[in-house]
Amino acid sequence: MRPKLELLDRDLLARILDEAFEILEVIGTKVGAPEALDLLASAGARIEGGVARLPEALVRRTLQSVPHEFFLYDRTGQPTVHYGGDDVHFDPGSSCLNILDGETGQPRPAMTADLVRMVQVTEMLPQYAAQATALVCNDVPSEMGDWYRLLLVLWYSDKPIVTGAFSVPTLRTMFDLLAADSGGMAVLQEKPRAIFDVCPSPPLNWSAFASQNMIELARAGVPAEIVSMPLAGATAPVTLAGAVVQHAAECLAGICIHQLAKAGAPVVWGGAPAIFDMSTGNTPMGAIETAMLDMGCAQVGKSLGLPTHGYLVASDARQIDAQAGLESGSSALLGALAGINMISGAGMLDFLACHSIEKLVIDADAIAGAQRLIGGIEPRSEKLALDMFTQTGIHGDFLKLKETRALFRKEQHFPSAVIDRSGDSNVSGILTRARQRADELVAGYQRPAISPEVETALVTVALRQAKASGLDSLPGIELPAVVSR
Amino acid sequence: MLGDFAAMRQSIFDGAPESAASLAKQALVAGVPPLEAIDQGFAPGMADVGEQYAQHNMFLPDMLASAEAMKAAMSVLEPELKRHGEQRATAGTVVLGTTKGDIHEIGKTLVGTLLTANGFKVHDLGVDVASEEFAAKARELKADIVGVSALLTTTMRGQKAVVEALERAGLRSSVKVIVGGAPVTRRWAEEIGADGYAKDAVSAVTLVKDLLEHRFALDSR
Repeated sequence: MRPKLELLDRDLLARILDEAFEILEVIGTKVGAPEALDLLASAGARIEGGVARLPEALVRRTLQSVPHEFFLYDRTGQPTVHYGGDDVHFDPGSSCLNILDGETGQPRPAMTADLVRMVQVTEMLPQYAAQATALVCNDVPSEMGDWYRLLLVLWYSDKPIVTGAFSVPTLRTMFDLLAADSGGMAVLQEKPRAIFDVCPSPPLNWSAFASQNMIELARAGVPAEIVSMPLAGATAPVTLAGAVVQHAAECLAGICIHQLAKAGAPVVWGGAPAIFDMSTGNTPMGAIETAMLDMGCAQVGKSLGLPTHGYLVASDARQIDAQAGLESGSSALLGALAGINMISGAGMLDFLACHSIEKLVIDADAIAGAQRLIGGIEPRSEKLALDMFTQTGIHGDFLKLKETRALFRKEQHFPSAVIDRSGDSNVSGILTRARQRADELVAGYQRPAISPEVETALVTVALRQAKASGLDSLPGIELPAVVSR
Repeated sequence: MLGDFAAMRQSIFDGAPESAASLAKQALVAGVPPLEAIDQGFAPGMADVGEQYAQHNMFLPDMLASAEAMKAAMSVLEPELKRHGEQRATAGTVVLGTTKGDIHEIGKTLVGTLLTANGFKVHDLGVDVASEEFAAKARELKADIVGVSALLTTTMRGQKAVVEALERAGLRSSVKVIVGGAPVTRRWAEEIGADGYAKDAVSAVTLVKDLLEHRFALDSR
């Protein structure tokens, strides 16, 4: 049995969806992109002052064309991330401006060298099915911020990528990079390597950029991941149920725009909901209620047969401490039990304001535990214990049994040296162990074999754009000999 | 007794705007000087709330309700104050807004509410505000503080533009600039030459008080 945890009973689930449809019909959603408003208007939505009121029948019709599953592919063309069903994958948190310096233990602006190291570490950890464009590099001009992350990940990784654009023009540059990587737009559409996060602004606001972004992604055939982020009590109803309703309404509106642009394009029911802390005014990503919101939102998406995403395994601690461990570990478990297809957030600290390679390494062990948990308790043999007792007798020594040797690898997960089970009283602290582990992973890392044609194509796109920003080199990348600057 | 100061104080503590307004009206009818109603009745209620908030017995929604009640009382009393040619001493004047291109307002609005409740005169320019507008309003109101909010990494640069606009307007030496918002860090604040950064709305109030105390301390040297 695959363990699963659901927080909404059938009645509450139905009420949530009913209200989400009603909100879209009665209150409506703000939509910023004129093209999105046109699409909605011609499909029967009532538009007034930038607010679109969406008839339930329209929203239900667009839901019909959404694919219930799709894959992301690695560089070799293997489908390694399955969006759909209860499959669970993890990727690091995304787009962070700051990193916790491994040496000083203090936050500082992230640079290209940090992203390269983070990509290398992520590449080596099997717990991360996908890379994220995890850091915004402060040593490249900010208008290049979004696509430059993607370039570095493509350059140093084989894995699928969870990414996102900061503007429509740079979104197109990112398409160019992905097409260069895949060998053309047609190959990219057939075997997408990346998915793009798109964020509506709570409450109920598909800004000009967000709504246009959805249209561009749908038409390009590149998967879109809606990241709706109600903040319960501030930009969303204070009740968890009410915030889940808002999340559903925002996702439904996004799907409506997306499917009207191109029916059948892949899209994910995702989010980064959180509670609003009534004491500090912060939005704690490590709060139990935040995890409950992610679980509830995903359950609603699943009830519609849609692929899902959530934002967990992050902590609000500012250092790698016990708080970071307990918040990240417990939300990794809950996300996995909820069967969320892609869980982003590992490595993040301080309300998503700071990333950490050491935490990413530690979180990988929490994720491995969560993955073991959803493996469940299996019978493995016809008799569960009796046959083994028959062999050993009442004072049995099970260590010698052939069944023990045959089955222990399936039963037990072996954590990395980050988790101390040595019993050694002189063992170093977890931060030191995590640093050592990151160093070992980087030492063992080998850059993927990328064909010279692909390298040249990537660099050509990148240099063209970089030059427009006044840069004639590509920090973090050694240019192939064939490419002239 | 002319005015029921205990009931006024309680109406703020309870976050009851209707009751606060009606007590303010009653006080005026009874001939209580408006400044006395504020200083002995309503303002102590706000101080109680601040104290309870610090002790984690009251929370932001409680504080917002009390701020609303305070506003209701003040809207009754302020016209009377003006008529008497009196003015309540303010802790300072603050101009707030969210940077150009950014439509997020919750953090900035919360800062404004808490500053108002703490006796500051706050002018909220709203969202998507050009840097020149910050400078113009700061000049008009002779602001002590300009607070600039940004939620996005892309609009954060607008905070630097506000610092520059104040410089161009020749106001930089007389106005303290504070910045905040999810992607903003102390380091960014230093980099753009802002005077302060606060992680959340509550620490923003402390920051503003500290900055002004420091300035007044410098002024009085």
